[in-house]
Amino acid sequence: MKEFMMLFRHEPNPASKPSPEQLQASIKKWQDWIGGIAAQGKFVATNQLGFEGKTVKSNKVVTDGPYAEIKEIVGGYLQIKADSLDEAVELADGCPILQVGGHVEVRNIMTR
Amino acid sequence: MQTHELIPHLFKTEYRKIISVLCKLFGIEYIEIAEDITSDTFLLAAETWGLKGIPDHPTAWLYTVAKNKTKDYLKRNTLFTEKIKNNIRRSQPVTCEIEIDLSKKNIHDSQLQMIFAVCNPIIPPEAQTSLALHILCGFGVEEIAEAFLTSKEAIYKRLLRAKEKIRAAASKIEIPGPADIQQRLETVLTTIYLLFNEGYYSKTQNVTLRKDFCIEAMRLTQLLLQHENTNKPSVNALMSLMCFHASRFDARLSHKGETILYEEQDRTLWNDDLIAEGNHYLIESAKGQTLSKYHLEASIAYWHCTKTEPANKWEQILQLYNQLLQIEYSSVTALNRTYALSKVYGKEVAIEEARKLKLAGNHLYFCLLGYLYMDNNASMAIECFEQALALSKTVNDKKIIKGYLLQLSRKC
Repeated sequence: MKEFMMLFRHEPNPASKPSPEQLQASIKKWQDWIGGIAAQGKFVATNQLGFEGKTVKSNKVVTDGPYAEIKEIVGGYLQIKADSLDEAVELADGCPILQVGGHVEVRNIMTR
Repeated sequence: MQTHELIPHLFKTEYRKIISVLCKLFGIEYIEIAEDITSDTFLLAAETWGLKGIPDHPTAWLYTVAKNKTKDYLKRNTLFTEKIKNNIRRSQPVTCEIEIDLSKKNIHDSQLQMIFAVCNPIIPPEAQTSLALHILCGFGVEEIAEAFLTSKEAIYKRLLRAKEKIRAAASKIEIPGPADIQQRLETVLTTIYLLFNEGYYSKTQNVTLRKDFCIEAMRLTQLLLQHENTNKPSVNALMSLMCFHASRFDARLSHKGETILYEEQDRTLWNDDLIAEGNHYLIESAKGQTLSKYHLEASIAYWHCTKTEPANKWEQILQLYNQLLQIEYSSVTALNRTYALSKVYGKEVAIEEARKLKLAGNHLYFCLLGYLYMDNNASMAIECFEQALALSKTVNDKKIIKGYLLQLSRKC
């Protein structure tokens, strides 16, 4: 099996202030989806990224925020095992980011 | 207990104690001499007890014989005796005769130190576990082979190689320092966990559950908990898990030794003291930042020990299984997770997820599918249970599956 990485991209909404219950429900959704992949023995690693960040450019230019020019940010990643890119894409189906207007970028991981 | 039952029983509990004491005395590099003396002791027991009957104090008898055999060995092999005197000088004042200390305290200390001597990172993890099961727990090669789903020959070889490595390294018998303890402890916990499972889910037919295995596993864990350096969150979590499981011991076995499914258990038979102990160790395990698989499994077991059915029970269990699978995949965990999923989101959702598991060689996979189809698709359910029946190996499993098939045939 090869390894792939799913990058979750979305446009953050600064106005949205989810309640603790909403946050809990969102965590559950993500965990249920990731759990389904892990149940197939295809889970490798995952992390959620926070909203704090800066972007470093050449000539020692550092800008605020994780986003460079585009509004979209990477919200997190999931590293998985799959036989092919097609299978990895299939596993991305059901990702909760899709329900909030975001998208999943599926990439192969280079092996040395 | 008859001789043919008592000796295997004592072999399980006493073999490792004698061997630990002897290894501590000789040095771990002489593990095979310790094994020979211990095995000879049991051989003599089998011969003598068969002829003359079981002595009043079988354990004391074994200790006396082991002591005498050791003294004889030391007398006969003066070269060996000279060699090990260096080792002995460190631990006891030199007297003319070497003392073989089979006191309760020395057995405890030796065993705890022996656990770490055997679970040494220079040996590959699987070989460590095999060796630990053999030396520390008195498992036979056949049982270890069954636990690892491999052949007896493979286990023999594995044990031999492991012992060679131990000899080559000539590591000291001691409790590791704070720097190595976490890594070393993990192998120890895996071994204890396997020992407990061997007892709890014993595959042996016609035999009552091997409570002794579980008790011994809990006792080993207790040894770790009693020592400051090994009283860690994951050890507490494992202890909690075992207490919760053990609390249902009497409820999950019928008088005939048959397994009673969870839903059909008489909950008044659950042991409240053990549940309380499980709660205690679960709270202890929450100290610190570690979240081991034992924490998650103990938390799942906690929910299974609630006598009422709280509304969020299955949601909690599902989340715990989700996390557990991310730490460590196993087919059983995947199936259990899918069962929990059906409890939270319904059987249709669970069927869809179950189909993705690709566990077509596993009878439990078809049991789960059969169960999920039972309400809405009886013919599909029958098909699944029949596949499960063909794949199942134990009498007990077959009986349970046939029960479902009978139930379904009445429906049709």
